[in-house]
Amino acid sequence: MVALDFLAVLEQWPALLRGAAFTVGLTTVSAAVGGAVGVACGWARAWGAPRLAAVVGVYVELIRNTPFIVQLFFIYFGLPSLGVKLTPEVASVIAMVVNLGAYAAEIVRAGIENTPRGQIEAARSLAMNEWQVFTRVVLPPALGRVWPAMVSQIVIVMLGSAVCGQIAAQELSYAANLILSRNFRGFEVYLIATAIYLAVAIGIRQFLHWAGPRFIFGR
Amino acid sequence: MVDFSLWDILRNLLLAARWTVLLSIIAFVGGGLVGLGLLLARLARWPGAQVFVAGYVQLFQGTPLLMQLFLAYFGLALLGINVSAWVAAGVALTLYTSAFLAEIWRGCVNAIPKGQWEAADSLALSFGEKMRHVIGPQALRIAVPPTVGFLVQVIKGTALASVIGFIELTKAGTMITNATFRPFTVYACVALLYFALCFPISATSRRLERSFKRGR
Repeated sequence: MVALDFLAVLEQWPALLRGAAFTVGLTTVSAAVGGAVGVACGWARAWGAPRLAAVVGVYVELIRNTPFIVQLFFIYFGLPSLGVKLTPEVASVIAMVVNLGAYAAEIVRAGIENTPRGQIEAARSLAMNEWQVFTRVVLPPALGRVWPAMVSQIVIVMLGSAVCGQIAAQELSYAANLILSRNFRGFEVYLIATAIYLAVAIGIRQFLHWAGPRFIFGR
Repeated sequence: MVDFSLWDILRNLLLAARWTVLLSIIAFVGGGLVGLGLLLARLARWPGAQVFVAGYVQLFQGTPLLMQLFLAYFGLALLGINVSAWVAAGVALTLYTSAFLAEIWRGCVNAIPKGQWEAADSLALSFGEKMRHVIGPQALRIAVPPTVGFLVQVIKGTALASVIGFIELTKAGTMITNATFRPFTVYACVALLYFALCFPISATSRRLERSFKRGR
């Protein structure tokens, strides 16, 4: 008979709560910065000079075709040999930003490229400069069009952040490992951690679908 | 201390990459079969299948693959099955893949015009005949590019198996780093090998998608 003991895990709730809060924090910072990187790179890919677009294209393909865990290890273990010392938390944020930036770039680019020509011509005929055309006419509806994909990508990055525990960033999966080392209830610990991840994923999804039209690309 | 040349590093990584490829194939084929089963159960309107598959997909898409790997590892042990990293990684990645493929393929089936279903019904085709002769061939055409594209996700997903002790490309990278103290070089090589595996596949997926769009 398999004996499950969830109470032994649940009584460690402060560690789980701290871990979950840390995961949400990591995701918030990464989503904000990574989203901005994505918009900049999406602009470069769609509207930038050909050489700039090519450089960004290499970045996007490199990141999209390598696993997140390798990117994280490269940043955390590899960069110090170039003299860049990073704490686990900073390395995690950088890896998540770099990762999300590449995916978001493709998402934003798709949105930008679907802008009707006439809207851009209309904006130019109103004597808007390029910056105004992009930030006021092209970008808001483009973000609106691709918002569902963007939300999914941010959730994917949040789920991917479970790996950051491997470099001792103190997020949820790290907390789960810690509890495991205290009571050896491996299955129970990870089941509860998984349930918390699911709840956080649903929460972030709901929040972004609510917040996007109101604060990011609404009027 | 043994001296590692760049070639030694690359050679060892290449040897380990075999296991990445093999695990990807197992997950992709196994996940494809399970995913197909889930899709058919849903399309055949088995009682409860709709809710079950939707929940299954939501569960696997809404939780980290790393947690799924840990759960497979500890869960199978709890059931008294002697788990090697192979079994745990194989099971977890198969289930993960099946959830995504079931969802991708459902989208492809939904893209088929309703008239095709109605026409098949009016010819009194059975469910199996409908799938084999009417819906299947058309859905397959739409499904190829995203399915090939998802293969890249599977290959990248196998990197997480390193965490439960499965020796593949990433784990080999960690081990070689511990022996050589050259993390920058080693992880750069690891990343490039993943790129060499994944980029041709994602490029193929994109090309297929373009040619499909042109063909319409």
